[in-house]
This record gives sequence, structure tokens and C-alpha cells, in this order.
Amino acid sequence: MSELPIMGPALPEIFLAIAVMGLMMVGVFVKPDRALPLVSALAIAVLLVAGALIAAGGGGYQLAFGDLFVVDRFAVFMKLLVIAGSVLAIIMSEGFIRREGMDRFEYPVLICLATLGMLMMVSANDLIALYIGLELQSLSLYVTASLQRDRLRSTEAGLKYFVLGALSSGMLLYGASLIYGFGGTTEFGALAAHFGELESVPVGVITGIVFLVAGLAFKVSAVPFHMWTPDVYEGAPTPVTAFFAVAPKIAAMALLLRVMMGPFGGMVGEWFQIIWFVSAASMVLGAFAAIPQTNIKRLMAYSSIGHVGYALIGLAAGTEEGVTGILIYMAIYLVMNVGTFACILSMKVKGRMVEQISDLAGLAKTKPAMAAALLIFMFSMAGIPPMAGFFGKLYVFRAAINAELYTLAVIGALASVVSAFYYLRIVKVMYFDEPAEAFDPVETRGLKAIIGVAGVIVLAFIFYPSLLADNAAVAAVSLLQG
Amino acid sequence: MQDLQGLLAEYLPILIFIGIAAGLSVAMIVGSMIVSRQHPDSEKLSAYECGFEAFDDARQRFDVRFYLVTLLFIIFDLEVAFLFPWAVALGDIGVFGFWSMVVFLGILTIGFVYEWRKGALEWE
Repeated sequence: MSELPIMGPALPEIFLAIAVMGLMMVGVFVKPDRALPLVSALAIAVLLVAGALIAAGGGGYQLAFGDLFVVDRFAVFMKLLVIAGSVLAIIMSEGFIRREGMDRFEYPVLICLATLGMLMMVSANDLIALYIGLELQSLSLYVTASLQRDRLRSTEAGLKYFVLGALSSGMLLYGASLIYGFGGTTEFGALAAHFGELESVPVGVITGIVFLVAGLAFKVSAVPFHMWTPDVYEGAPTPVTAFFAVAPKIAAMALLLRVMMGPFGGMVGEWFQIIWFVSAASMVLGAFAAIPQTNIKRLMAYSSIGHVGYALIGLAAGTEEGVTGILIYMAIYLVMNVGTFACILSMKVKGRMVEQISDLAGLAKTKPAMAAALLIFMFSMAGIPPMAGFFGKLYVFRAAINAELYTLAVIGALASVVSAFYYLRIVKVMYFDEPAEAFDPVETRGLKAIIGVAGVIVLAFIFYPSLLADNAAVAAVSLLQG
Repeated sequence: MQDLQGLLAEYLPILIFIGIAAGLSVAMIVGSMIVSRQHPDSEKLSAYECGFEAFDDARQRFDVRFYLVTLLFIIFDLEVAFLFPWAVALGDIGVFGFWSMVVFLGILTIGFVYEWRKGALEWE
């Protein structure tokens, strides 16, 4: 009765939680003008230590906190991606937050808190743990979206995100309560065992799954729950948008995978159509709705909706190969997106941020290196062969073909052809349009380094695909075998 | 079906309680309307404000600091609301339950120090 539960596997999260509170105290007790640089540097250090603890903890299957919390190879893989996304987001925002009047030390603290929530989401082994992680992440993100609180757009983005996020949480909870009602437990392992014994699946459980998927689809911004994405991406400060586009997507995708393949893994036949539809609709909408966009952040929003659609193909396949495909896709997506946003963040014209695609005109003449980097990322996003993005699509499409989802694979291929149009339009504007105004020089070394490293990874992936693919395959096996 | 009957039977007291609550409040409102003598005039119907004439509309903007204080109050009010069931169940939840609450209070204290240092408790 009075024994303490096992906590060892959750050590990275416990460390991060304590360290974040320490960061808050550092922030309020040092001089205000020194707080932000100090807390930013410490936050990066704390996240890196948490990442090292995760990697050192290894990937053996471990449960903690009375089976609420699970660590396996899959969790380790996804958590390291999330940590990478968060660290890069803090580094990328360095110059921006000082310039644009959001230089508050709360920003890195909130990013760390959101990261903590994401780590908990990835490791959730219970519907309640899932919800707690999701809310910790979401609440921190709502605040970061409206961090430029004297800008109308930023506060609007925060409010929209909050209201729609609350709605999605409500749906998710409703689904969870139905599943609890029919399953009699909230623990994933026990749910899987219970549903495995049933001869036919009750309608209530299917309704619960639908609501749960709807709530999670909101978080990964899959169609038809994508409406908030363009507005929030456009309104939020650009480094925050970069963060939104990467880490929360990875965490929510991990959660979706764990829930669907874990407790409901035995009823693929029941939920496969939902995922099929969400995936196809996301790919098509991401391809067509991005075409008329003129704002580059809105474009990236639709692009990310499309990418989520491609990744979900792997889940629709419902096989080990499909899960491997998703893991590879999300890792490559992280690199491409971070690279692209680093480019966007480092371009300024006369002191204002570049937000319109037309502002990029003639970039190849004024800044050839930057244009070349953006060219690489755009080709990769479009899925043009030697780049990493092509391999991401290749793995999920191959999983779809092997699972005999031919229609979905064809829709995906067609959507990626359509989406190539707007990625290539950016290249055309950079290389063939006359330069309008001169660009200001890039100011932080961090951005330059990120662009360089991301560009090299995207280019060199073709030579070392097994580095990522082998790890992803091992992670997928650990998710499916439990 | 048998289970469902049993389940609903367990909720019967709650249903009765809702009925009593609704009936009692309706009886009080309707009763006071019927029994008391009512002679409304303009003075009786106007807003009463500590003896002097009402000079302004009540629907006006409040200083945003009121909201801040309210929010901070709610946080600590909730803390107390959590403490009561914890205290009642302490014998059953043991050492882990005890330390869980201590950790929770510690986190709230961090939040309190933060708001204090940020000046959220100072009116000017």
C-alpha cells in the first residue's frame, strides 16, 4: 500500500520537470536584461541533458508509475526527435525574439514545458496519462502562439488555437470516456487484452475510437480537422510557427501510432477506413489549397497538412513496414522543415521579416547560398529523387503497396505531383524573377549552422539511408510487439 | 439489461435529490411571488446602492488587474479543494499519496514565487 511506484524509466521527464521549475526561478531572480540569454542557454543545456538521459536509458521495454508510463525503443526514437525539434526551435528564435519585442525569458521555459508534455505523450500507456501529456503540451503552445501580445495577429492566433484546441480535447475526452465505459479500464495493455477477447466490436467502442481519432487528428492537423492550422501558423511569431510545425506534430503522431497500434491494434479492420479517409483528404487538400497562397507561412501550413497525410498512409497500412515508414517520414520531415524555417527566419528586407513569396524574388542573385539551400529543401519537400524527402515518401508508399492500398498510393503520388507545383514556384521566384529589394545580412550563426547541417542531411541521406531506416525498423518492432 | 437496472437503481437517490432541489427552489420563488404583497414603483425597482442614487451603469470595463487577482485566487482556491479529499483519504493512499501532494504543493510554491517576483501581487 505504502510502497512507492517504479519511477526509474521516467527519469528524463522527472529531471526535465524539476529543471524547468529551476529555470523559472533563475528567470525571475537574475536581472531582467540578462534573463533571456541565460535562460535560453540553460534551456538548451537542460533539453540536451534530458535527451542524453533518454538515450542512455536505453530502449528495453519498461513500465513505470503503475503502468501509466511506458518506455520502449519506439518511445526513445520519437523522444529524441522531439528533443531535437525543441532545441533547434530555441536556437532558431534567438535573433527574432530580441528584435520583435517578445524577449521574455518565459519563451524558452514554455518550450521546455511543451517538450515535457510531448515526452509524456510519447510514453503514455494509459488514456489518462495521454490526456495529461497532451494538455501540458497544448497549454504551453497556446501561450507561445500569443507571445507577441501587443500584435493583433499573434493574439488572434493564440485565441483561435486555444478555442479549437479545447474543442478537440473535449472530443478526445468524450472518446476516452466511451472507451473506458466499454473496456472497463484506461490502461492500454488491459484494453488490448479486453478487446482481443471480444468476438465482435461494440458500436460504442467504435464511436469512442472515432472521437479519439478526431481529437488526435486536430493535434496533427489532418483534414477535416485542419482549419486552425493556416491561421495559427500565419499569426504566430515565425520561430513559434517553426516549433509548431515540427515537435508537436511528431509527438501527436507518436501518440496516434501508440493508441491505434496498441489497444486497438486488433481491430485494424474497424478503424482503417477512418485513417484512410483522413490520409487521402489531407494529401489532396494540402496539395490544392496551397496553390493560391501568397504568404509563405500559410504555404508551409498547407504543406504540413499534406505531409501529415503522407505519413498517415503508413498507419492506414497498419503494418510494421507502415510504422517504420512513418518514423522515417517524421524524421526527414523534421530536418526539411527546420531547414526551411531557418531560411525563412534568416531573411529580412529592410528590417522586416520576409513573409510573402514575392519577397523572395531574385534571391539567387543577391544571396546564392541561401537560395541554393532553400532550393534543396523545396525539392526535398516536393519529393524529387536524390533528396531525403523522396525517401520518406518512398517508404510509406511501399508500405501502402505491400498492404494492397493501391488507391491510397495513387492518390498520394498524384497529390505529390500537384504539390510539386507550389514548391517549384518558390524556386522559380528565387531564380528567374528580378530582385525587388536587397536582403539584410543574416545575423546569427545558429541559423547559418542549422541551414547548413539540415541541407547536408537532406542531400546526404541517399548515401546512408540505413542509419535512420534501421533504427526506425527496430523502433517499429518494439511498438508492435509491446 | 439486469446490470443496467442495477446501475440505474444506484443513481435513484441522486434523481430524488435533483427533484427535491428543483421543487424546493421553484416553491420558494413561486411562493414569494404569490404570498407577499407587491406594490412596485420606480424607486423600488431601481438599483439600490448604499443609500445614494445610482449614478452609473454597472456594465462598465474593469481594470484588467482584477482578473489577474481573481485568477491567482482561483489557483490557490483549487489547491485547497484538492487538499480536502487528500486529507480525508490519507490513511488509504499512504506514503506515495502523501508525497504526491507535497510535490504538488512544491510546484504551486514555485508558481507563487514566480508571480511574486513578476510583481503580479503589487497593485501599482
